[in-house]
Amino acid sequence: MSALAIMSTHATTRIVGAPVPRKEGVDKLTGRALYVDDIEREGMWHGATVRSTIPRGLIRSTTFDHRIDWREFAIVTAADIPGENCIQLIVADQPCLADGKVNHCEEPILLLAHPDKHKLREAVGAVYIEYESLPPIFTIEESERSDVIIWGADNLLKSFLLEKGDVDSAWSRAAHIIEGEYRTGAQEHLYIENQGMIAEYSVDRGITVWGSLQCPYYVVKSLKSVFDLPDEKVRVIQTETGGAFGGKEDFPSNVACHAALLAMKCGHPVKIIYDRIEDLAATTKRHPSRVRHRTALDGDGKLIAIEINLDTNGGAYATLSSTVLSRATLHATGPYLCPNVRVNARSWATNLVPYGAFRGFGAPQAIFAMERHMDEIAAALGIDPVELRRRNFLHQGDTNATEQLMRQPIILDQLLDRALRESDYYARRAQFARENAGCAIKRGMGIAAFYHGSGFTGSGEEYLNSLAGIDATPEGKVRVLVSNTEFGQGTNTILTQVAAEALGLDYQDVTMAAPDTGIVPNSGPTVASRTSMVVGRIIERAGLQLLNLLREHAGLSSSHTREEFFAACDRYRAAKGEVVSLCRYEAPPGIHWDDQTYHGEAYGAYAWALYVAQVAVDTVTYSAEVEEIWAVQEAGRVLHPVLAAGQIEGGIAQAIGFALYEKVVLQDGRMANNQMTNYIMPTAEDVPPIHVYFEQSHFPHGGFGAKGIGELPHDGPAPAILNAIRDATGVSFNAIPLLPEDLYAGLVETQPAEEPVAR
Amino acid sequence: MSRKRDESPSSLWPAIQFTVNGGSRTVRVPPMKRLLDVLREDLHLTGTKEGCGEGECGSCSVRMNDELVNSCLVPVLQAEGADIQTVEGLALNGDLHPLQQAFLHHGGAQCGICTPGMLMAAAQLLAHTPHPSATEIREALAGNLCRCTGFMHIFESVAAAADAHDAQQANEHTMEQTHHAR
Ligand code: FES
Ligand code: FES
Repeated sequence: MSALAIMSTHATTRIVGAPVPRKEGVDKLTGRALYVDDIEREGMWHGATVRSTIPRGLIRSTTFDHRIDWREFAIVTAADIPGENCIQLIVADQPCLADGKVNHCEEPILLLAHPDKHKLREAVGAVYIEYESLPPIFTIEESERSDVIIWGADNLLKSFLLEKGDVDSAWSRAAHIIEGEYRTGAQEHLYIENQGMIAEYSVDRGITVWGSLQCPYYVVKSLKSVFDLPDEKVRVIQTETGGAFGGKEDFPSNVACHAALLAMKCGHPVKIIYDRIEDLAATTKRHPSRVRHRTALDGDGKLIAIEINLDTNGGAYATLSSTVLSRATLHATGPYLCPNVRVNARSWATNLVPYGAFRGFGAPQAIFAMERHMDEIAAALGIDPVELRRRNFLHQGDTNATEQLMRQPIILDQLLDRALRESDYYARRAQFARENAGCAIKRGMGIAAFYHGSGFTGSGEEYLNSLAGIDATPEGKVRVLVSNTEFGQGTNTILTQVAAEALGLDYQDVTMAAPDTGIVPNSGPTVASRTSMVVGRIIERAGLQLLNLLREHAGLSSSHTREEFFAACDRYRAAKGEVVSLCRYEAPPGIHWDDQTYHGEAYGAYAWALYVAQVAVDTVTYSAEVEEIWAVQEAGRVLHPVLAAGQIEGGIAQAIGFALYEKVVLQDGRMANNQMTNYIMPTAEDVPPIHVYFEQSHFPHGGFGAKGIGELPHDGPAPAILNAIRDATGVSFNAIPLLPEDLYAGLVETQPAEEPVAR
Repeated sequence: MSRKRDESPSSLWPAIQFTVNGGSRTVRVPPMKRLLDVLREDLHLTGTKEGCGEGECGSCSVRMNDELVNSCLVPVLQAEGADIQTVEGLALNGDLHPLQQAFLHHGGAQCGICTPGMLMAAAQLLAHTPHPSATEIREALAGNLCRCTGFMHIFESVAAAADAHDAQQANEHTMEQTHHAR
């Protein structure tokens, strides 16, 4: 099934790199782990949301059906909000509850709570909202045309211009100019645990919420502003979280504010749990994109200019569209050297549910376009797609599109050689080329080369200024103190590995402090592939700092047993008090980023990858199936071989869905297929064998040498798969998801004489 | 933290009796109440999860009379007299079931929300097919969605559990714990 190959590294570690059991694994396997819906609070009520049924309009009236006894319910509207009616993120434009107007279907307007959750569904349907409709816009094209303005002066949520060299003068020198347009669709996270929160309110203690979330301090920020409360009156506790993938980065702030408003109104704890239908219809998805490439090459097939117009559909409010667009911009030109680059990136407002963070955060869209385009270039020039990439790879010492000097080694050639060898790429291509001619099933091989920047973009990590650490409690526990959360990816496990390794303790000696803003410092959000590299490094440093403290003040010897360590902690505590070591983020030296010109060190580190896909296209049923995937990557040190491989495989499975299965169908701005029966993700029978290989290196500024890994695997599979489909059929498909009806249209239109007509 | 009792006045409803993890249970709840809700709300067995409520995701899977069922689709009246096993019934005396061991060591669980259902589907498979082929594993788990793992490590975990114990042992383990719980 999955092959896992690990190169030996020089660094010797006892725990880092070992396949220790997942920290919270036994709780999850026995059913003991408590997810938010498993928790009840004394006297708890249940909450529900009344949402807009139209995409854009003014709210004229609200009527309550007299057949319901509304005295039993708590009812909250925008008028009940004590602070600012706004979810705090980057731009403060999204109301917590609609006030007078709505800008997308499913926008929350009114909240209800009742002690009996089974009474809520009927009650939600018995609140009648009358609207005066305004003309909505749904697509990038409608938004950029600016006939209808729904946001700001021009519908433009954000734009970036990235320029290197002189693109305009390059065209005249070109031997070839190739153009192409590529599109990607919305994608739903489909975490198996829906969104949910419990909130309690009291005048003395303020607000406490428990819930399914990625970023506790993001939720704190919104609660503070909606309730106009100081830090000490807002406490956010993450419960076991059943998948997130970015879908629980910003959206939980909305649910938390809603539950807390109801709790304040009814005087009871209130739980809000979305069902699947509501979750699919009302929560964020991956930004749809349209990317146009124009590329100049010289006679040797070397890139001399890349011009990209990259547009995303942002939905009704700004949410994270600007940062998603930023990452898309910075991944748009691929892992290639090109002297002249222009990326013109824009995110457009539409009357749709706001799009949000999803694993890869703009990079999968940009990389789909670039890597699909590389195969189009190869075809136009009559060069092997592998060879075209090899001629243009970035190397150590080059500068990338933002003119960042690539200081660390780049081993793309090595990754490519490995991928070709493991997949037997050339032999299989040749074999398929022979066999395809007389066969209804056409097979092909496709590749994609790509990178993913680890951590926040540019100066983002410096602004975050994360604080994290380790303490030793009087009960003899060593705890990792972070606000970074576990939602399957392995935060608990790898951070305890790092702490135990740094402290010379056993894995079992170290635990995670509860993900509770009343206990842990703000070590930044759990996003952007930053936990292993950025937070891991802070924990490694905090560990060494703690040892130094104990050596200096409590007589700990330079090589110690665990008993000596805990005895030293006791001595230190008796003499000086709390045994705690906190560290802040320290930027690697030589990092400069200019937000205005988009120049400089875009990311502290890059993970590099080369993926190969084998597909089979059935020209009778018009279905495309991925038969095998080979994933070769360099992401620094692998902290945990099983978890790391699990990240790669899970990301690839999601990306197969992105490419071939998962389509959000919109009707008048509403998701029409908001059920698991008609929004289709890959199942156990659809995911092919995935072969995962790591070429390890030691990144000096990451936790024990690690770079980010969580998002990388979502970047490459879609273009590799569509490139393989081109290899199999000779037809270019430039939009995903590519469903059987799209395949049919493409194959029949392009080769009417050769292809059998569907029966 | 307190757990909420079923809100229906119990005397109104006829008693429904069944066995869960070897213990006899009687509930008085609306007969059309979903088995999933009865397990979670009335019996406080919250290990069984709801992912979709419409029979698509399998996270509510339990074993009932030696069949795998989606408990979100079973009205509790259909459980009258049934023998039900949930994830809480897998470990014996605190010793993990071979499947739980295998999932722990082979990365079969990430976020864990699909895991209880996945374990029950795997237990159902191994009870009847002690040495499943790769295809049999895929087919047996096809009704259980996992969004985290990409399934590779789940397949590996099930294969490892099958290797560790042959049919007889796997069955005995299940039987033994059922008896023990009684
Ligand atoms: S909750 Fe029962 S199948 Fe999804
Ligand atoms: S482990 Fe998260 S859904 Fe399966």
